[in-house]
Amino acid sequence: MTHTITSIREALRAKRFSAVEVTREALDFAERENPKTNAYLMLCPERALAAAAEVDRRLAAGEEAGALAGVPIAVKDVILTKGVRTTCASKMLENYIPPYDATAVERIEAAGGVIIGKTNCDEFAMGSSNENSYFGPVRNPAALDRVPGGSSGGSAAVVAQGTAVVSLGSDTGGSIRQPASFCGVVGVTPTYGRVSRYGLVAFASSLDHIGPFARNVKDSATLLGVMAGHDPMDSTSAAASVPDYAAHLDQNDVRGMKIGLPVEYMKHATGETADRIYEAIDKLRAMGCDVRDVSLPNTDYAIATYYVICTAEASSNLARYDGVRYGYRSADPGDADSNKLFAMYRNTRGESFGAEVKRRIMLGTYVLSHGYYDAYYLKAQKIRALIARDFTNAFQSVDALVAPVSPFPAFRLGEKVNDPVSMYLSDIYTITGSLAGIPCMSVPCGTDSGLPVGLQILCNHFEEQKMFRLAHAFETS
Amino acid sequence: MRLTEKDVRYVAALANLNLTDAEIGHMLQDLDGILAQMDALAGIDTQGVEPMAQVLFSSEGDADGTATLRADVERAPLNNELAVQNAPVSGGGYFKVPRVIER
Repeated sequence: MTHTITSIREALRAKRFSAVEVTREALDFAERENPKTNAYLMLCPERALAAAAEVDRRLAAGEEAGALAGVPIAVKDVILTKGVRTTCASKMLENYIPPYDATAVERIEAAGGVIIGKTNCDEFAMGSSNENSYFGPVRNPAALDRVPGGSSGGSAAVVAQGTAVVSLGSDTGGSIRQPASFCGVVGVTPTYGRVSRYGLVAFASSLDHIGPFARNVKDSATLLGVMAGHDPMDSTSAAASVPDYAAHLDQNDVRGMKIGLPVEYMKHATGETADRIYEAIDKLRAMGCDVRDVSLPNTDYAIATYYVICTAEASSNLARYDGVRYGYRSADPGDADSNKLFAMYRNTRGESFGAEVKRRIMLGTYVLSHGYYDAYYLKAQKIRALIARDFTNAFQSVDALVAPVSPFPAFRLGEKVNDPVSMYLSDIYTITGSLAGIPCMSVPCGTDSGLPVGLQILCNHFEEQKMFRLAHAFETS
Repeated sequence: MRLTEKDVRYVAALANLNLTDAEIGHMLQDLDGILAQMDALAGIDTQGVEPMAQVLFSSEGDADGTATLRADVERAPLNNELAVQNAPVSGGGYFKVPRVIER
């Protein structure tokens, strides 16, 4: 499907097709194409067709059908959908049926959006390649022997493949921007707290975000606008009002906009990926932007800082999976002399978490354990403050920053799977923005070795509108 | 090596995570490699820096616009049926666990 949110809106208005018809088309196409990529874990035709029928009813009655009327949308399988299985791509939650909807999902359906299925991802959103899924890896639609990136690999792939018009992902350290870059689509991580995390299965609570994937900047802005805004169900949700992100994108002018290029990022950038970024900068200059070097001096400490904080939070959040209230329970009763309840906890967790999830639980437990808390966790939180301060300082002199998303394009399946350190290092450019909680996005800017490359745009807290203006101008010029 | 096999078994016990002997071996290698990267943090001067636990509550972030408390208004919880529907073992509206106290 090559539809956009705008093209579906116009077609529905002109009665060229109904919401039910476009939904059926999307479901059929997704079912046919999915074996190539394994991007969907599940389609939910019943829920989708009911939502589409409601859109058609509203249209026939002359009611407002909503900003996403009839748009087929895929949702990462770490976001809860009431009555529709939500697995987090884990054996632990293989049969979990949520009793409620995430706020983002509720808002999408209230705006006429049609959720057609749940997408594959790294288990509990932990990974950079989508190879950590219990249900098998996702293949990149741009090159089927390559990874789609991660952790939201399925959500990026369905949009690239055209089996959904837009999709939802989650981002903790780059899990939206990196797969968007690898698959050649637009991916947005909003300001921390801009979109409610209610119903997003927790990985690292101080870093988790929900955000959109789309094939163009305007669609990503529309989808973010529907989801954004205060939610009493999430105590970290921001109260600031939500501007109309998609409005006036076509009449914007970015002449005179001041753009910073972090020197610490570019010193590591090599090859064709770096060439594409420098070409993007030339293009921004030609558009009238004022591009200058800026310094983010604490960048080199970001990866270590991030992996201390995210694993600490993950080990705490994943303690809830104990085989009692939901999820898998081991049938192994343990040794005759062991405490039966603790044996059940240990066997349940040992049998149903994958290798990367176990690794992060272990690291997080270690850095939080007695005698190491101050040296690792508290220290990392202080360095996180320094990294955030780097951005605050930079945004005093520039409107936006541009950078690569990833040091390299999509790698081959299996290429990095046995080297966790190298896998973690690939997150270098996305982690800093996540730690600072600022809005950032990936917008396609060409290819490296024939594979998609994304340009990252970062702005200050709550300046999504400025970020979308720049991204849209870049995309259309 | 920063860690020993004994450390790995101790941490696994803290995390209530049963690991096979093979997994303990891999974990020792992996954690050691990752902790070597993390040790770089020790040398950074953070004198007088407040730890940043939350994005919008840091001393430098803008605290405006982030609500910390919702109105203290009663609202319906999940009903009992929904609350136990995903439990691996339940009965009589309760979660069932292995016997904890032996008589």
